[in-house]
Amino acid sequence: MTIKTVKDAINDALVQSFEEDKNVILMGEDIAGGKGREQYQGTQDAWGGPFGVTQGLYTKFGGERVRDTTIAEAGFFGAAIGAAMTGLRPIVELMYVDFAGVCFDQMMNQAAKVRYMFGGKQKVPMVVRTVVGAGFRAGSEHSQTLYSLYTHIPGLKVVAPYDAYDAKGLLLSSIKDDDPVIFMEHKRLYMTSCEVPHDLKPIPLGKGRIRREGSDVTIIAIQRMNLFAEEAANELEKINISCEIVDPRTYSPLDEELIFQSVKKTGKVIVVDESNPKCSLASEISSLISEKCFSDLKAAVIKITAPHTPVPFSPPMEDFYIPSTKTIIDAVKKLKDV
Amino acid sequence: MIEKEKINWIYKKIFTIRFFEERIKKIAKEKIVPGYLHTCIGSEAICVGVMAALNQDDWISSTYRNHGHAIAKGCELNEITSEIYGRKTGICKGRGGSMHISDFSKGMLGSFGIVAAGPAVVLGAALQEKINKSNKTCVSFFGDGAIHNGAFHEAAGLAKLWDIPMIFVCENNGYAEATATDWHLNTKELSDITKAYDMLSYIGDGNNVFEVYDITKKAINEAKQKNTPIFLEFKNYRFSGQYEGDTQLYQPQEEIDKAKQNDPIKLAKENSSKYGLNKNDLEKIINEAKEEVDKAFDFADTQPWPQPEDALEEVYVNYPVEINR
Ligand SMILES: Cc1ncc(C[n+]2csc(CCOP(=O)(O)OP(=O)(O)O)c2C)c(N)n1
Ligand SMILES: [Mg+2]
Repeated sequence: MTIKTVKDAINDALVQSFEEDKNVILMGEDIAGGKGREQYQGTQDAWGGPFGVTQGLYTKFGGERVRDTTIAEAGFFGAAIGAAMTGLRPIVELMYVDFAGVCFDQMMNQAAKVRYMFGGKQKVPMVVRTVVGAGFRAGSEHSQTLYSLYTHIPGLKVVAPYDAYDAKGLLLSSIKDDDPVIFMEHKRLYMTSCEVPHDLKPIPLGKGRIRREGSDVTIIAIQRMNLFAEEAANELEKINISCEIVDPRTYSPLDEELIFQSVKKTGKVIVVDESNPKCSLASEISSLISEKCFSDLKAAVIKITAPHTPVPFSPPMEDFYIPSTKTIIDAVKKLKDV
Repeated sequence: MIEKEKINWIYKKIFTIRFFEERIKKIAKEKIVPGYLHTCIGSEAICVGVMAALNQDDWISSTYRNHGHAIAKGCELNEITSEIYGRKTGICKGRGGSMHISDFSKGMLGSFGIVAAGPAVVLGAALQEKINKSNKTCVSFFGDGAIHNGAFHEAAGLAKLWDIPMIFVCENNGYAEATATDWHLNTKELSDITKAYDMLSYIGDGNNVFEVYDITKKAINEAKQKNTPIFLEFKNYRFSGQYEGDTQLYQPQEEIDKAKQNDPIKLAKENSSKYGLNKNDLEKIINEAKEEVDKAFDFADTQPWPQPEDALEEVYVNYPVEINR
């Protein structure tokens, strides 16, 4: 067994996919870095993206398959669609999900609709790797999660892994998938680590994971919120409250069965989502549960989300913005007494 | 002839920006400064030269690399430092941070973190000036990397089609992040891209503050006279990394050494006697600038943090979530 960071696990999945399939290519801004300065030593792979996730790929696989782009997201996202339709398996990097706006049309109206609208004759096997999340003091335009923006669109698959194990297994699947996948990497999780077997098999999209078994309250946690859910569960265990933590891992498709099973078991549910609350994954999951498990519920579902504001920059405000362990503990206690 | 007062202003600002950026770089190495810092060492002459041709109430847009623009446009130093430190008395009440330093009351429409977001916003301000027959100058600052983005091109096309006398100021500093400009350009000169819009363009030495000032002033007059947008390309060098903490591995030492010979501060100093400043005058300005920067950082250190709940202000649609952190 090897311990891997999320960052390295993603790099491993990329390398493995590049080795297994010569049609896999990668495009993005400074995914290598040092373009135009190759004649100087040390400039190759100078960046590997802003978080160094793709470092080494350019040196290993060359500039034909690992392509630095200009700041032209609409251009290279569109190109990924055409390349995917005609035989490649492109991975494009959207440096921060906050830049979704400059290339959303490509995902919403082309990538998502080609297979359906053109009669099912063609598929778009592409992956968008993008960085999400608050807690980096990166301000309003570099800290959003925007999970539900993509999840809303039929034709797109949405994946948001929490740990290194899932990151690797789910990225392998995303690259093999025949439809467009948005693969969201949380910037505050890159350096967290766990055991990742060397021969880890792809993890199917649409399969959630019970991170902790429990009987009193179900906490459905989205991506980084699993960290706080775990902390809360540990605290609550000390006072004999048993929490079950469900990590859906993928949001389109969503493992509804796994969620419903847990709801049936506990009858008390909290959904924790770092995003803004309106039309969020939290509200979606909560509404599904109310519709499908109404008679199993002993109390209304509690949503714990960010407030309905942009992500503020200043530390006290940003810390307030992000759901906390304490918020979860308080909510669980409230439900326990029902 | 450029009047004495303006010369003093130019020197004061150019040194203030350099000292400010050197100071924040140093502090960022010593202690935690929240967030990303994109300093503009090497851009001082462009910031100051362009702003010297503007009035305080003229409109500009800036980017994440905005400290120099904000200082030159007249934003309060204390409020800038306070914002970078995330304090309540910051220029954006601590909501923006270094990447979004901006004061509307000083003619800043915004410092946008999305590459190429600014030009279209400035186009709109310039359209307003045109419709209201008012005469404020409208300038958008952006980098060489931004010229590949569709938003820039759409703004450029509309500006020309609508006869909008706005000024596009492109700072060609040799890099877009870790990508060299000589690699990413398709044209020989960056400003050749304006040919697609039949737009007037001029190229200037972005290290020479007086050349920047001169070109900008003429361009503003010409744009207004002819009712047409003008694109200015100023060439300089990005001595800072993309952000503080960038390894800059891709910036070869010999290139940095060569660029240092044209450092805008060095050139300004060398030119000072030509502009009627003797050694004492220069020293006095330098000391004043240093002192003001020092004071601003001391100020920021003493400022209160915002309350967590301040995050909820000025969102004009509320949504009932229970927040109990
Ligand atoms: C639409 C968009 N894509 C990518 C980025 C990430 N990014 C921030 S700065 C930058 C490079 C910009 O280079 P340039 O325009 O030359 O400005 P400089 O930083 O040199 O001042 C990139 C790619 C962004 N902020 N916005
Ligand atoms: Mg640049």
